[in-house]
Amino acid sequence: MIRADAVTVERAGRRLLDSVSLTLEPGTMTVIIGPNGAGKSTLLKALTGELELSSGAVTYDGVRLAAHDPQALAARRAVLPQASELAFPFTALEIVRMGAVAQGALDPSAAARTALARVGLSGFEGRAFPSLSGGEQQRVQFARALAQVPRPVEAGIARALFLDEPTASLDLGHQIGVLETARAFATEGGIVLAILHDLNLAAEFADRIVVLYKGRVVAEGPAVETLSDATIATVYGIRGAVGRMPAAHIPFILPQARHGASA
Amino acid sequence: MRALTLPARFRRDDGDRSGQGVLCLVLLLLLLALACLVSLGSGPTGVNLGHLWLYLTGRGEALAVQERVVLEAVRLPRTALGILVGAGLGVSGAMMQGLFRNPLADPGVVGVTSGAALFAVAGIVFGHGVLAPVSMALGSQFLPLMAFFGGLLNTWLLYCIATRGNQTHTTTLVLSGIAVGALSAALTGLLIFMADDRQLRDITFWSLGSLGGATFARVLSVLPFVALVMVVIPFVARGLDALILGDAAAFHMGIPVQRLKRLVILAVAAACGATVAVAGSIGFVGIVVPHLLRLMIGPAHRFLLPASAIGGGALLLLADSVARTVVSPAELPIGIITALFGAPVFLLLLLRRKGHHHRGDAA
Repeated sequence: MIRADAVTVERAGRRLLDSVSLTLEPGTMTVIIGPNGAGKSTLLKALTGELELSSGAVTYDGVRLAAHDPQALAARRAVLPQASELAFPFTALEIVRMGAVAQGALDPSAAARTALARVGLSGFEGRAFPSLSGGEQQRVQFARALAQVPRPVEAGIARALFLDEPTASLDLGHQIGVLETARAFATEGGIVLAILHDLNLAAEFADRIVVLYKGRVVAEGPAVETLSDATIATVYGIRGAVGRMPAAHIPFILPQARHGASA
Repeated sequence: MRALTLPARFRRDDGDRSGQGVLCLVLLLLLLALACLVSLGSGPTGVNLGHLWLYLTGRGEALAVQERVVLEAVRLPRTALGILVGAGLGVSGAMMQGLFRNPLADPGVVGVTSGAALFAVAGIVFGHGVLAPVSMALGSQFLPLMAFFGGLLNTWLLYCIATRGNQTHTTTLVLSGIAVGALSAALTGLLIFMADDRQLRDITFWSLGSLGGATFARVLSVLPFVALVMVVIPFVARGLDALILGDAAAFHMGIPVQRLKRLVILAVAAACGATVAVAGSIGFVGIVVPHLLRLMIGPAHRFLLPASAIGGGALLLLADSVARTVVSPAELPIGIITALFGAPVFLLLLLRRKGHHHRGDAA
């Protein structure tokens, strides 16, 4: 279990996170939503141990984060960063292999191949990372995170996946693919925390949604409770958009409707 | 086990270049052995290859006294020094490029060498004055140590100036490198101005940048520094790989980032300082060797670093053999040879990056 207790982060006189408390339970997928500049990435960084807190504490199973060394943390959680660039042309396999090495895999190359297959990139092993499309790069990075925590629960301790906008440069099909993999990780006992901008995807995949606004948690709970007209209006300034049909001449695509169609 | 899996690993499309890495290391060792033979065999006094073989296989008594003296007192220490200096240059270049996430970072280009040179000159000028006790106490280690501290100072300065928000911009890196280098050069000039005739002779002799005058004492004075860098390789290779994905990603994968960076800066300064102290400034080896190797085996540091060491040693031996044969019996400074070969490669790299993509500048 990963907990944030009254976490406050201040930088250059600005309060980026204001007394945020949050519990990430094993077996649940939590999604953070909120407008630009709400502090979503800052919260994720605080939870992964990347950031110095101004006050408050982050604990992994009751142990304060500062007491963990980088290696111990790496065994507990993997992080998918936002799009990043590379100065040197590693192959896709070599990137994913780094995650497997961090995990301590006995045969990191084989573990990396498995992880690439999980994100649907078998056959891309030898491609130079800079030559891949933005979406493919994102999935390679996702495979790297999966290679670092290949099993959701190990030695009775839940592992965690932190995903910072995992769907940012993906097409609809791959957005769902990545989130389904993350969802399965949670269902099998792992901890997943994702930042998403797409509220429909958040509504479908999250067990719990945390709505962040100006560094504070303004709503928290299942999608039905948190994605209300009132919350969306306060946070995004958009009114009357929850659960209603658009005007007849505008087509709309709701990925979560696919479950209804197949049923 | 390895031999069994090797053929499968050779398939280029499987993305795992470990096989290529191992093969490359073996080939480079062969090349180094060959370069040693060339280095031992070339020079104003010819040493017959057959005789060389006899000598190396322990049947030296068959050689003429003159040949034996040339080999033992001149060629052997020179060859050993060449390997150490070349290895130091190659490895420090590769490490620096990994640290700065920039294939153009080279101790020579970004002013680390100038810092080492400044301190070495200071050592020569003050070695009999203010610093005499230190110089006496350290003996032949004095100049390498001085150069090490100079290199360390400039590497650290450069890192503080050029790396902002986890990124090193090529432009900032090169420009601040030029500034730091120019400042060091100016201070060096000031010291030369202050120097008396005897010190001036020492400085000139030293700054020609040559492997000439190599002795086993000199070999022994660089050996600990280069050995230190080699020992560091296995501890930093994985971290440098991860660092290329960014400081944050490296931390996420369990790398103690600050400790890694300090270790790398220390190693670069040690290799760079020691080589400058014994052989003067020799440019471009640290750029050209890692670059060519990356084309062959990729950027994974567990192969790139040792390969850069071996390749650097081989390249420097060959360059030195050229330096002492083309205008025989005189000698060209070896820095001229490496610059003639290396500067065009550097320019080519710069142009290719420029054409590549503009956003790559921030990488």
